[in-house]
Amino acid sequence: MDERIVKAYESRPKDWVWHAANAAIIIVLLVWSLGAMESSGTNANGGKMALNILSGIVHPDTELLFNLSKEGVLYLLLETICIAFMGTVVGAVFSIPLAFLSASNLTPKPVAFIGRMIIMMVRTVPAFVYGLMFIRVTGPGPFAGLMTMSVTSIGMVSKMYIEAIEDLDTKILESLDAMGCSTWQKILYGILPQLMPNFASTAIYRFDINLRDATVLGLVGAGGIGAPLIFAMNAYRWNEAGSILIGLVVLVLIVEWISTKIRVKLTRG
Amino acid sequence: MSIYDKLFPPKKYTLDNGKTVEQKSSRAPIYVIAILIMSIVSIRITGFDPTVLAARGNQFFVILARMFPPEPSYLGSIINPILDTIKMSLLGSALGSLLCLPFAMLASTNICKNRIVVAIMRLMFSIIRTLPTLVSALIATFIFGLGTIAGTIAIAVFSFSYIGKIMYEEIETVDMGSFEAMEAMGFTRTQAFLHAIVPQVLPAFLSNSLYNFEGNVRYAAVLGYVGAGGIGLILNEQLGWREYPNVGMILVVLFVTVFVIESISRFARKKLV
Repeated sequence: MDERIVKAYESRPKDWVWHAANAAIIIVLLVWSLGAMESSGTNANGGKMALNILSGIVHPDTELLFNLSKEGVLYLLLETICIAFMGTVVGAVFSIPLAFLSASNLTPKPVAFIGRMIIMMVRTVPAFVYGLMFIRVTGPGPFAGLMTMSVTSIGMVSKMYIEAIEDLDTKILESLDAMGCSTWQKILYGILPQLMPNFASTAIYRFDINLRDATVLGLVGAGGIGAPLIFAMNAYRWNEAGSILIGLVVLVLIVEWISTKIRVKLTRG
Repeated sequence: MSIYDKLFPPKKYTLDNGKTVEQKSSRAPIYVIAILIMSIVSIRITGFDPTVLAARGNQFFVILARMFPPEPSYLGSIINPILDTIKMSLLGSALGSLLCLPFAMLASTNICKNRIVVAIMRLMFSIIRTLPTLVSALIATFIFGLGTIAGTIAIAVFSFSYIGKIMYEEIETVDMGSFEAMEAMGFTRTQAFLHAIVPQVLPAFLSNSLYNFEGNVRYAAVLGYVGAGGIGLILNEQLGWREYPNVGMILVVLFVTVFVIESISRFARKKLV
């Protein structure tokens, strides 16, 4: 018994050179990146600032938090939800044709490659650049934010859609063919039931992310909760920032909890 | 959902052999109505209007058109910020994903038997994950001053929560059999952990850390906007001055960088799994 264990231990794969090389590369990269660390001087009252922020979050501005007017946190949260929701819907709709074009099992290789390139380009541009572009179209406000969210969603959503399309089980289509179904029937009973849960789950997941990322929109005046939050922080009004942050965190946690439930249900059928 | 079945009774089919089967009526109407209501509310509040898009949609391409052709002579001033961005994301991702490991262990039920500790750790991970990166970057600039350190900290905070969540889920699905076998053979708990659990979660850890790093390069581009260093800083500056050819060049460089990093990391991740 012991001999067998010793033997098995002796014959373990010995690729320590490879591991050591990898580790060395990583360490060299990390040391190299240490060189870029600079700041405009960590000011001595950094610690005091941290305490102020903490106390602001612990003592939020409750009047702002439960205010029902248009400046209140609740309305801002509702607006943010709406931006994220419609943004996800529009983005998901845009993604469907792109995904079908770039799925390598449906279209010829060059077309699929070009489609993927377009998706990657769309994904690279930071959100606030899109925000500025859309403000030219719609004027500042939640509409611009919605369009920005939709374009930034395209990258991830269509990537997941492509994976779902490429995983399609073609045997089902063959058997529908053998039963004499028409093309529409094949799409309706063979393709849609396979894709829908996956597409819906991706869209819900993206909605979560959009809700969390919606603060970025505030930077360029594209609506949502970002602008009041950033103004409050830049003006050192930590109570206000605290109440907005608490609202946002609680909202995202609730939405995440619900969406996880729905997605688990979707994947289990 | 039994109420729904009572309201809309399932269709009954009688098969040739005399058996009856039920087909429950589709739930699709509920979902469609829910989505419609949410869409209508959203359209009301955001002022979404497709006709505006159709009429003024060409305005979107005005800035885009001005970015062409990108200004190649600006390349020299981009190299340093883009390297800064890469360095920020590299260091931040590494810091975050290493720091989260002990907390991830405490958050997985098969390693840590104390329910309360597990719950607290998980709550901590979710709360940190909901904090927008932009906000943590802004807070970091207040504490550490403007510069790349603030950006690195923000990226580290995000990576900490992201990798932490994936890792505690990963650790929970580990096969504890080999751990128990090693303990039975007389290994100490630490040794058994190192030789039985670590090899099982290591590939997933490395692969997810790489993936996280990949995403962070793209994220780091935004951080410059709040003064946290890197490419976002000059991007914001050039946008402000309306030097759109320069902006185009920055975006091209960003695209190439992200493409190269993604290709390398995808190759490495394929090797891992």
